[in-house]
Amino acid sequence: MHTTNAVNGANYLTYQGKYKGLLGWIFSTDHKRIGLLYLYSIATMFATGVLLGLAMKFELLAPGKTIMDAQTYNATFTVHGVIMIFMVVVPGLPAVFGNLMLPIMIGAKDVAFPKLNLLSWWLYVTGVVLVLCALLFGSGTPDTGWTFYAPYSFKSGTNLLPAIFGAFVLGFSSILTGLNFLVTIHRLRCPGMKWSKLPLFVWTLYGTAWIQLLATPVVGITLVLVALERVFGVGIFDPALGGDPVLYQHLFWIYSHPAVYIMILPAMGAISEIIPTFSQKHIFGYKAIIASTMAIAFVGYLVWGHHMFTAGMSGTAQYYFSLLTFIVAIPSAIKVFNWISTMYKGSINIQTPFYWAVSFIFVFMVGGLSGLVLGALATDIYVHDTAFVVAHFHYIVFGGTGFAFFAAMHYWFPKIFGRMYDKAWANIGWLVFFIGFLALYSPMFYLGMMGMPRRYYDYLEEFHGGNILSTLGSWVLVTGFIIIVVNLVRSARKGAPAEVNPWHSKTLEWTVPSPPPVLNFDKEPVLGEKDGPYNYE
Amino acid sequence: MSEDKHHHIVPYRLYVIVLVALLVLTFASIGITSIELGEFTVAAALLFAVVKSVLVLTYFMHLKYDKPYIKLMVAFVFAIFVVVIVITFLDYLYRV
Repeated sequence: MHTTNAVNGANYLTYQGKYKGLLGWIFSTDHKRIGLLYLYSIATMFATGVLLGLAMKFELLAPGKTIMDAQTYNATFTVHGVIMIFMVVVPGLPAVFGNLMLPIMIGAKDVAFPKLNLLSWWLYVTGVVLVLCALLFGSGTPDTGWTFYAPYSFKSGTNLLPAIFGAFVLGFSSILTGLNFLVTIHRLRCPGMKWSKLPLFVWTLYGTAWIQLLATPVVGITLVLVALERVFGVGIFDPALGGDPVLYQHLFWIYSHPAVYIMILPAMGAISEIIPTFSQKHIFGYKAIIASTMAIAFVGYLVWGHHMFTAGMSGTAQYYFSLLTFIVAIPSAIKVFNWISTMYKGSINIQTPFYWAVSFIFVFMVGGLSGLVLGALATDIYVHDTAFVVAHFHYIVFGGTGFAFFAAMHYWFPKIFGRMYDKAWANIGWLVFFIGFLALYSPMFYLGMMGMPRRYYDYLEEFHGGNILSTLGSWVLVTGFIIIVVNLVRSARKGAPAEVNPWHSKTLEWTVPSPPPVLNFDKEPVLGEKDGPYNYE
Repeated sequence: MSEDKHHHIVPYRLYVIVLVALLVLTFASIGITSIELGEFTVAAALLFAVVKSVLVLTYFMHLKYDKPYIKLMVAFVFAIFVVVIVITFLDYLYRV
């Protein structure tokens, strides 16, 4: 551990510890440096995933083969999915902003287990390298889709084992981060930081950590079973050997549905910080948001079967999963109601993070409501495995988690880097990105309703118009993304120095210098009776 | 939050007793496979595994001496596990 005397006056970006240069970063146990390591790693993987998505959209610009054949297309959507799910949105907000902000928000010097935290990042990098090995070496890039569905996952001749092992290792990274955050939130809150005074972002990280800890081992074991099935033919999922492929889907979705909440809960937490800050008003229904967070974390465990309505499940199970799916929509709706009510009669200060936050609410609502179409048994049978599902999923995961990530990035950027970005360019970036997003994914709802299947590199002539619009949208979206990245990268180096609290927020991270010192606080903060994360009145 | 100053010290004797119990149960779970139990074979294996897990959690992982909220968390995890198993069998038991 660093000593206070050694770090006097230095912030975490400039502090010179035991190692110099790059080693000073990749062996740092400072939660903020680890957060930035995650940011750079995840941003790199996100850019890779975007390029693959762009290639897929280009292929779909016209019917028939445009730039790739069917097998390459299958491999492309598989790699796009594996990268975006396991390497971007699952670690996403918790690993980046959780690491950067959680300890400061609760008045702590670091997370509970700093070395374990660094190990999480190393495991993440190891997982990434393993998956990249699957792409570059062996008998062909995996083509199963990111879900690795049995029985194809043990029949496909592609190089699947390193990808499965990579996902397994990435799971360990996620579990350790969850464990670390759970202990940190329980044990390291500063004096006066009662549970009823925790910022909502911390509450959502708490719910997320539970899911990471409890659900991730299930997918780990399931992926091991697939590997055993491939190598030894043990017959757990293979019907030819008495196994049940639907069991694979159960096990996979027992993790992967809660994983959707790993993605979206911290996103909701970030939005719950941004809306009251830019409305300069106490969050409406603080306790209701906490209750809905925990309800989502809990009920989210019990609805996995709605991914399997057409897989041959029993009718009883289908009724049950459909009912609970409708119930899990309620806490999400409660949150939306609370955000809107917070804005009502607030002194709204329209800045870039606020634009991202309100556009998040819009796309999240569209994604959520289209999810009900898929949660209802009758309509799901009509649109399952069509472009409609892809549109819904991207509205929720990209529109939800992605928009919240950018919102959080623009919100905490001055704190993280100690510099302010160019607000005009940031707003232009948001607008172009938002328009591109709508143009890219909205036509897919229509295409899916008209019957265009997902995961095909070709389509009928009647779907051409919608696909052209969608591909054009992907170009606009990428333009927006480039504007945002260039603006942020440039501003991190050359932006005007940021104030301690440029948004007039009330949470603890805005009481420390920008960028924060190595140990966050000169003196351990103490919260008084009247202090609170949203006391604007 | 303040650190716990008090740590319960468990005598070695207790650890040895638990270790012996675990070994006995391990051999018993192997031994029982020689008896034909039909559809209860899996249930018997699981029963032994559950008893062993409870012993490990209670004594080796100090759950017996922990605060109630820690016990509650562990109980909650097991409750979730049971619920997930029950829900999965909503599919398997009712397939036509």
